[in-house]
Amino acid sequence: MTRTFLARNPSVLIFLLILSLFTLGVTVLSEAYGIAFLSTSFIKTLGKTLCLCLAALAMDLIWGYAGILSLGHMAFFALGGYMIGMWLMYARTEGIVITALSNEALPATAQEIQNGIAAQIFGVVGASELPGVWLFAHSLPLQLALVVLVPGLLALAFGWLAFRSRVTGVYLSILTQAMTLALALYLFQNDSGLRGNNGLSGLQNIPGLDGVSQDRISVWFLWASAFALGMGYLLVAWVVSGKFGSVIRAIRDDEARVRFLGYSVEGYKLFVFTLTAIIAAIAGALYYPQAGIINPAELAPIASIYLAVWVAIGGRGRLYGAVIGAALVSLLSSWFTGGRAPSINLGFYTINWVDWWLILLGLSFVAVTLFAPKGIGGLFDLLQGLRSPDRKGAPLGPDDGALLEKEAKE
Amino acid sequence: MRAAVAALVLVLVSLLPLAALAQGDPQVSAAQIVENNRAQIEKPSRQTIGPVISALAASGDPQAVDILTAWANRGLGLRKSDGAFVLMTETADGYALRLLDGTDAGTAARADITELRPNSGVRGVIANALVQFQLTDPDRARRASALTTIARDPAPELLEPLRASLEAETDPALRAQKDRLNRLLTLRFDPDPAARIAAIDSFSGDLGLDLRAALNPLLATTRRAAPQGTALEGNIARELDPGSDLTETEAYDLLVAANLAPARLTPAELKAALVANIVDGAVAGIPLAELNTQAARNRAYTALEVAGLVPIAATDEEVTQSVAAHRFFETYAEADASVTAAASSVLSGIEIKLGTMQMADLTLDALSLASIYFLAAIGLAITFGVMRVINMAHGEFIMMGAYTGYVVQLFIPNYTLSLVVALPLAFLVTFAAGVAMERLVIRHLYKRPLETLLATFGISIALQQLAKNIFGTQARPLTSPAWLDGALTFNDIVSISYIRVAIFVLALLFLMFFLWLMKRTRLGLEVRAVTQNPSMAASMGINPDRINMLTFGLGSGIAGIAGIAIGLFAKVTSELGNDYIVQSFMTVVVGGVGNIWGTLAGALMIGTLQKGIEWFNPSNTLAAQTYMILFIILFIQFRPRGIIALKGRAAGD
Repeated sequence: MTRTFLARNPSVLIFLLILSLFTLGVTVLSEAYGIAFLSTSFIKTLGKTLCLCLAALAMDLIWGYAGILSLGHMAFFALGGYMIGMWLMYARTEGIVITALSNEALPATAQEIQNGIAAQIFGVVGASELPGVWLFAHSLPLQLALVVLVPGLLALAFGWLAFRSRVTGVYLSILTQAMTLALALYLFQNDSGLRGNNGLSGLQNIPGLDGVSQDRISVWFLWASAFALGMGYLLVAWVVSGKFGSVIRAIRDDEARVRFLGYSVEGYKLFVFTLTAIIAAIAGALYYPQAGIINPAELAPIASIYLAVWVAIGGRGRLYGAVIGAALVSLLSSWFTGGRAPSINLGFYTINWVDWWLILLGLSFVAVTLFAPKGIGGLFDLLQGLRSPDRKGAPLGPDDGALLEKEAKE
Repeated sequence: MRAAVAALVLVLVSLLPLAALAQGDPQVSAAQIVENNRAQIEKPSRQTIGPVISALAASGDPQAVDILTAWANRGLGLRKSDGAFVLMTETADGYALRLLDGTDAGTAARADITELRPNSGVRGVIANALVQFQLTDPDRARRASALTTIARDPAPELLEPLRASLEAETDPALRAQKDRLNRLLTLRFDPDPAARIAAIDSFSGDLGLDLRAALNPLLATTRRAAPQGTALEGNIARELDPGSDLTETEAYDLLVAANLAPARLTPAELKAALVANIVDGAVAGIPLAELNTQAARNRAYTALEVAGLVPIAATDEEVTQSVAAHRFFETYAEADASVTAAASSVLSGIEIKLGTMQMADLTLDALSLASIYFLAAIGLAITFGVMRVINMAHGEFIMMGAYTGYVVQLFIPNYTLSLVVALPLAFLVTFAAGVAMERLVIRHLYKRPLETLLATFGISIALQQLAKNIFGTQARPLTSPAWLDGALTFNDIVSISYIRVAIFVLALLFLMFFLWLMKRTRLGLEVRAVTQNPSMAASMGINPDRINMLTFGLGSGIAGIAGIAIGLFAKVTSELGNDYIVQSFMTVVVGGVGNIWGTLAGALMIGTLQKGIEWFNPSNTLAAQTYMILFIILFIQFRPRGIIALKGRAAGD
């Protein structure tokens, strides 16, 4: 215990180094601050990918380390986006409304401004009053607090209910999926107060930064996302490195035994669940201003499953694995579905990747699960010459695909 | 002045023949009437044509019916050569003509005739006039269509002809229909209140939509206001208390509408008034910059009022005062109190019965939804419930079954036959897919249930995309045979479509099949043994690999058949399975894993819940689903193992 945290976790330093080099490189290649090699839209894609990596990091903590396969973390991600989106949309509309009203003979009353904003935002769903959930939308600090509070409290309440009654394993996955579906269906309604299936839009226009071009804003958001990812990585690495980390890994491997040793399993799980929900929400709050639009389809249960898949492909139970998986799969996805991948002509049939990418992706999940349970991260073990302990076929734990490299060393 | 008198005389003269005709003078032929009202008939308008048409109808001339029918069907025209009215029948190269008295008038080219084209309003008036002739028409179909016309568009003047035709009706079904229509028209239009009340009472306990449509206008109310202390006039439904029955704003709006109080100033009007009185950057001495609150604006307006620059508008206090000084009440549109009393008592009887019937209908709906969920979930109950394998591709197996049905229909055009072929074929296709998946993927993951979820999810998105590549993104129809069209109707409210009945029956069949398979066959015994303890089962000579494979194939095969059932009422798309997968899992989990009765209970609970919640807010099925899922999440808290939980060793972990 004499060695420092960083000395015990060299991968953290390496990761932070690579991340800063990456950010620096993108900045140099950007239109706004460098040689204009990368287009603004690609920088936005990179920034969004960093946010997805942060969400994957949260997923890795809850699934790879604590063994809870939550199929609801993209819901927290989207909720975070909704919370920041409310302020972005409100503040921008406020600016527009005030400009419009300033042409009139009398100065506008607060009520008139409010009515104008409500009509602008909610005209599309046939309402003209601000719903109660928009109570704090005028204030950035309050809404930023809600980014953390709303998903955090939801996760706390849901987790408390679920863990208290000892819903575990597959059942918990299905329950979290049901929660996601319920939330998505709720937001799809027009009277949910969040514009139904229209969602919130125009989020890329940051209020107060009207004079700043999207070129610059995209780089700023990339910096913010990279910073958040770095901080998130440090935080998660710190959480899993100490005794706390050992306990949650023990819960993953044999929950009953940890309970018998006197640990409050539910408390640990609840903490991890809530913490990861908050991390996911922060990632979402950074993601959606770059995406520009958020609608309830973002909460569809399938999004959360994709998150799990990224982590699985990258390698569960190792933090850099989650980041690599999320970055690789989401970038590949946008490359293939963007129509930029060259088609393969087989003579009798042309494989058009827009149509066949999902099939390739689906089959590669199967392949990864079957043949490489450690995911891409397993390659690093291979490079270091690490091998899994040979237990003569006996399982190491219920989740024998999810080992830490440190454990494997012993 | 002289011109005006002349015009008046002209009008009176032109009305004279009409006045005579209205009394049914038998001397004047229909042709004569048409001729006398030439101008009206050439350019008819709904408002003024009535008397002419009634005169025609009442003329007693048998030709009148022909003329009216032709007129309504655009078969009446003017011969351009002499301006005579002719009845036209279209032929290959023009029209065959008859004069109004029915005599043949040769043919004419299209260009020689000016067709009269009455607008739809006028045609409606004509149709009403014709009804009385059709009611006594020898052709049964005509009589029936006349009754439909009356039922669709009841009018007071139809009551007499309907009654007159009642006695002569020989067809018992039409007779009953006429009798019912007669009573419906009587209760609305008869001048004698006693007859109306008798008609209303005769319907006691009836649930017909037409009856409710006839009674509701009688009980329609309007809100009115009167000064305090005056007697209320009209047929009072109830008195309203401002504050509880209606808001102060609504009450005041009533007063304004009745000219009992001055209009209140809306914020927009107030603003306009202020803007109109801006003097040197200030209104009534208040600088513009300060007018950014409503209070300041009110002050400015009051100042303007004092200066006499703007009309006096009601302030909030005045509004409260004038609302307090008036009584508010609702009156029935129907003036006769005894009629409205009878109508409301019959209607309230109907409401009660209606509520019961709606409950019954809701129960049927819930049952049908439950059987759909049950069908979708029963395959899962096997793969997930018995084998503890999460198959996210289960929804895609359902989709595969539906597409199999679609493809079979492409080759076999007879829908009944194709269904007979498709059901076993869908089972075979999905059975094969299930077995292949079990052999290739799931077999290796029995120890890692969470990873089965991932692997099968991969298969699920691959299959979905494959279906999209093959069948395209648009929905494909899976047409049900004609004998499944229509609905089983008990009365106007309680009905259920035959497809849903068929699905219900199918669900029952599957329940029995499953029970038989698990409890009565060797395979079922072996499945249960392998589920409980694979190694013990293996040492008893059972091959667990084979059993697992067969069980998984069976569960998948049932999903395929469910796919056909679901495809029959929903459109077949590649996302068909997506819509059911979460609900199916919830059905199994809520019901209790590993028990078919649990799945049944789960499906019943979810179906009933969803329909029940929908009943509170019928317009919003999304909300119903949301609350249903929330309820289930809470329910799992109290019964984490489902409604029917396995106990003891069978429960496994």
